[in-house]
Amino acid sequence: MSERIGLEASHAAAEAARMADVDVIAAYPITPQTHIPERLAEMVANGELDAAYIPVESEHSAMSTCVGAAAVGARTFTATAGPGLEYMHNVLYVASAMRLPVVMTVANRALSAPLSIWGDHSDAMSVRDTGWIQVFCQNSQEAFDMTLWAFRVGEDAGVLLPVMVHLDGFHLTHVTEPVILPEQEEVDKFLPKFHYPFALDPDKPMTLGAFAPPDVYSEAKVAQEVALRKSKAVVIKGFEELGDIFGRYYHPVEPYKTEGAKTLLLTMGSFSETAKTVIDAKKDRGESVGLINLRLWRPFPFKELRQAVKSAEILIVFDRCISFGGPGGPVSSEIRSTLYDEKQRPKVVSFIGGLGGRDMSAKDFEYVIDRGREIAENGSEELYETVGIRGKVTDIRG
Amino acid sequence: MEGQSIKFGKNFVTTEEFLAQGHTFCTGCGEALALRLACKALGRHVIIANATGCTEVCTSPLPVTSWRVPWIHTLFENTAATASGIEAGLKILMKKGKTPEKNIKCVAVAGDGGTTDIGIQALSGAFERNHDFLYLCFDNEAYMNTGIQRSSATPYGASTTTAPAGKLSIGQTTWKKNLPEIAVAHNIPYVATASPGYPFDLMNKVKKGGDIKGPAYVHIFSPCPTGWRHATDLAIEIGRLAVETGIFPLYEVENGRYKLNIDRPKLKPVEEYLKTQGRFRHLLDEEIEKIQEHVNEEYAKLKAKVACFST
Repeated sequence: MSERIGLEASHAAAEAARMADVDVIAAYPITPQTHIPERLAEMVANGELDAAYIPVESEHSAMSTCVGAAAVGARTFTATAGPGLEYMHNVLYVASAMRLPVVMTVANRALSAPLSIWGDHSDAMSVRDTGWIQVFCQNSQEAFDMTLWAFRVGEDAGVLLPVMVHLDGFHLTHVTEPVILPEQEEVDKFLPKFHYPFALDPDKPMTLGAFAPPDVYSEAKVAQEVALRKSKAVVIKGFEELGDIFGRYYHPVEPYKTEGAKTLLLTMGSFSETAKTVIDAKKDRGESVGLINLRLWRPFPFKELRQAVKSAEILIVFDRCISFGGPGGPVSSEIRSTLYDEKQRPKVVSFIGGLGGRDMSAKDFEYVIDRGREIAENGSEELYETVGIRGKVTDIRG
Repeated sequence: MEGQSIKFGKNFVTTEEFLAQGHTFCTGCGEALALRLACKALGRHVIIANATGCTEVCTSPLPVTSWRVPWIHTLFENTAATASGIEAGLKILMKKGKTPEKNIKCVAVAGDGGTTDIGIQALSGAFERNHDFLYLCFDNEAYMNTGIQRSSATPYGASTTTAPAGKLSIGQTTWKKNLPEIAVAHNIPYVATASPGYPFDLMNKVKKGGDIKGPAYVHIFSPCPTGWRHATDLAIEIGRLAVETGIFPLYEVENGRYKLNIDRPKLKPVEEYLKTQGRFRHLLDEEIEKIQEHVNEEYAKLKAKVACFST
């Protein structure tokens, strides 16, 4: 029987890596990711997990070591946060382009300067185009489920791509919540053994990572792009299999009480749970509102998103990242682009908040929805509004 | 394709080639020769992790390859870390019975830039973590693949494209970073220097480094006709002159014990080495004298370390 226990989200992610019988963990400590590698190191030290725990000297080497280990066919896991993700940026492209299904938890953290150990999505957005499959989690249970799912999808013979599982730093990584842990047999049923078809082997010599002259490079990159887009079928199949075995069903785009709602709020990650309480309260007051939790970030779920918002009049998009000098928050700008060609589409209003660990309370989300409706009706000269910022902000214009 | 062994004096060398012909190294390249010999010494039971650089670019233009052994290139700066993953991955997969038990050596290959500059952090980390791997640094003393830019392994007085000799400069104004000594400071079981001018010594060291359990480092002097501006038939001779003048002494450090492999009673003057290469052509007598003093001093320091272990 599966058991329901209190588990910190970080430990839930580590538990999933353990139950996946991961072979190699290469990690470098960075707040707020530390509880993940610490727990894994403890499991290895206590014989609960038979894996090579490699305490590398940097995040750059963490990802490089994962790349090497995956290239010999090892199931490989790492975790990082904010500046650590930036430091391994270069290697992220290599992992995806070389089709190495590394799984990584990102404890989302703000980027310096000023230094902030607290959470936002600047790190996630900066690695948007690295070719990884990426999902966001709302709670500890999802931290467990999505980590396990990441191995299932990334290692699928028709996918072979690395997967990033985003957990909001502190707001989620350090929160203890009830988690239902499955039996090992259920996990084994969900997650087949990893067989990497291009493993480095002296008995079958292969050249991996050769360089591409201009007459080859474009074809290589387009093939990679097609692979990532095609992975969506396995992404969804993985969600379905997870649901069938564990009883929890996930979707690329998750509408919450959106039926007939005129105004929708779109959030990602753990803040979606706070936003849901606001939707509940507003619904009780008879307001026509609903929420969209965007789970799958890459490959972007165009079809599902268009379907989910097509009947709404207003779509308020909440970003935890500034695209400096750009068209608003990265998520809102992608949503606008997704809807641009639609005949029937909601008016998109953009908010940015929760930067560097700034909390977004229920009251703040109430404000976002109320103010969002106001902007949709009356218009605004500003491209977006930053929630709760002190002092008057002007001239954020296109 | 199994090769035969051919006897050269007391040395046996396989006729099998693991680095195939058709590569695009420059004519007369010392690195290509050293690499080919190193591969012969290592045999087929290896996985090579290669840093970006001349070796990578000259052996792997898609869709062809010169490699007859498994080979991976990822980036410039991370080769020791990639090798760490290969080594640790293979070890755990064999332990868990997920891969059949085989004797496979992981070998990292990089140039001096990838080793002494951008890759030094990953290298230091891999040494410290005691991975069972062999690291070969092919030192041609500058960023040759990108067009002869200076590295921290460029020797004092050499003219490069980013430290050119000019009215106000002699070119490189710093002394060559001593990477073998940095490797020794990590207390790894085996460190050696080698030169294609002494092919059997080179092959024996590479083989020894491959057989030793734990991290091993072999620093291979790699004359570069293009970057050093020397005649294309001189790589071997220059490889020998560097040793004979004491500029690049051949030594081994096994478990901290130093051994000089070629010890000449009297070193040749450095000028004999410097005059073979266009990169030193601008040097005046006083600079040559300064280099001579430095070489004398460094050589004496090395001899003193060797002497510590000979009593």
